[in-house]
Amino acid sequence: MQLTNRSKVVVDKKMTFMERIYIPSIVSGMLITLSHLFKKKATIQYPEQQREFSFVYRGKHILKRDEQGRENCTACGLCAVSCPAEAITIVAAERKKGEEHLYKEEKYASLYEINMLRCIFCGLCEEACPKDAVYLTEELVPAAFNRKDFIYGKDKLVQPLGTSAHPKTYKPYKK
Amino acid sequence: MEIPVEFLLEKTIIVVAVFTISLVIAMYSTYAERKVSAVLQDRIGPNRAGPFGLLQPLADGVKFFMKEEIIPSSANKFLFILGPSLAMLTACMTGAVIPWGGTLEMADSIVKLQVTDINIGVLYIFAVVSIGVYGVMIGGWASNNKFSLMGAIRASSQMISYEIAMGLSIIALIMTTGTLSVGEIVQQQTTGHWNIVYQPLGFFIFMICAFAECNRTPFDLPECEAELIGGYHTEYSSMKLGLYLFSEYINMFISSAVMSAFFFGGYDIPYIEYLNLDHNLVTILGTVFFFFKIVMFIFLFMWVRWTLPRFRYDQLMNLGWKIMIPLAIINIIITGSCILLFK
Repeated sequence: MQLTNRSKVVVDKKMTFMERIYIPSIVSGMLITLSHLFKKKATIQYPEQQREFSFVYRGKHILKRDEQGRENCTACGLCAVSCPAEAITIVAAERKKGEEHLYKEEKYASLYEINMLRCIFCGLCEEACPKDAVYLTEELVPAAFNRKDFIYGKDKLVQPLGTSAHPKTYKPYKK
Repeated sequence: MEIPVEFLLEKTIIVVAVFTISLVIAMYSTYAERKVSAVLQDRIGPNRAGPFGLLQPLADGVKFFMKEEIIPSSANKFLFILGPSLAMLTACMTGAVIPWGGTLEMADSIVKLQVTDINIGVLYIFAVVSIGVYGVMIGGWASNNKFSLMGAIRASSQMISYEIAMGLSIIALIMTTGTLSVGEIVQQQTTGHWNIVYQPLGFFIFMICAFAECNRTPFDLPECEAELIGGYHTEYSSMKLGLYLFSEYINMFISSAVMSAFFFGGYDIPYIEYLNLDHNLVTILGTVFFFFKIVMFIFLFMWVRWTLPRFRYDQLMNLGWKIMIPLAIINIIITGSCILLFK
């Protein structure tokens, strides 16, 4: 079976004189490099330009709020159970009176931590979530100097108030 | 013998100008090298320091000066410093006999745009270029390091092998021109044809040997990164390394100048005499055109570098001794018989 038509049969024949003086092949090689002078450059000028992410890219997690700004998460723990890397830690708490504008349902996560060093960004937590609370965004997890800086708590995960509702177009730095 | 002051002043100005120009061109060759390599590989190259990255060579220079100067404890200190100094000195010396332009008529005197037109200019160039290898040799030896010594040995044997072919290719040129003075060789080309017409094979051999003499790819065995960790300048740091790299670029500039002077008419612009321009203007245009030729040759050097891989050592020696030298001798024979037949 042939996958491409580009395969060449190698023959151990004696080279002709033209082949042995190498000049034609050197010239053709130099013409190839010269043709690259006029080709489109592959460089992306990083800090100014950024590469477009694929729509299905799975990056840093986000804990969603609903339209009224209340947290969706009810601390059911399904994400933590489904997580193959055991990266998610949840501590549940009961919603008190007067906190209805903060949490959507009676139970909420008082602690929601994801260890980004353990996380494999498989997206199973996103699939498991029955409340549309956890999503993987197009953001990257930045580098840090300490291991403990990679344990992201609710301060880093919960969607900031007043940002776009769509998890994929969510861009916290461009309000 | 009394030397007139005007003469001294004139020569000083030309010497300083040639020195500065070759340094500046060498400096911007490093920038051009990075830019050309980038463009040939579909990249952009330096573009952060200044507009289009034009300040990059300055930044590199500052970096070289600020770096820590390390002299290995086992190295011979005197020779270790002598190596790069010699490399730089010989690289800068060759420019003295190259005619950078015609003559300028100023008030009542005629100024030749050449430091000195000695009647053995060609020999002088060869003599100085062959001293150039001592810089590499001494540096590699003084480093007291196996890899550096390997690089130095390779450099010297390569230089010896290719210098013979280079000299032989030039003999054919001298047979047609009948002079050893570089100024006169260029002068003949301004009135007649460029020497490339008479000596295409000679030029070809000379060019390949110039590549080898400048330690440029595909002949950069003295400093191949893969096998010798940089070759003769492995142990060098700071500006001493900078001088080695810099002298390589000056050599490249000078050999481009030599090639354009010997074979491509130097400062000659074909058919400019029909335009009836002012003599001084023609001289200035000629100098500009000469530098254009040099820049094209420097581009060729870089173009080849970023196209061809490095030779294996036995291939290098085969090419030098079994192909280049016989070819050069055949060229001499052909030239001699042509002179006998047609002159």
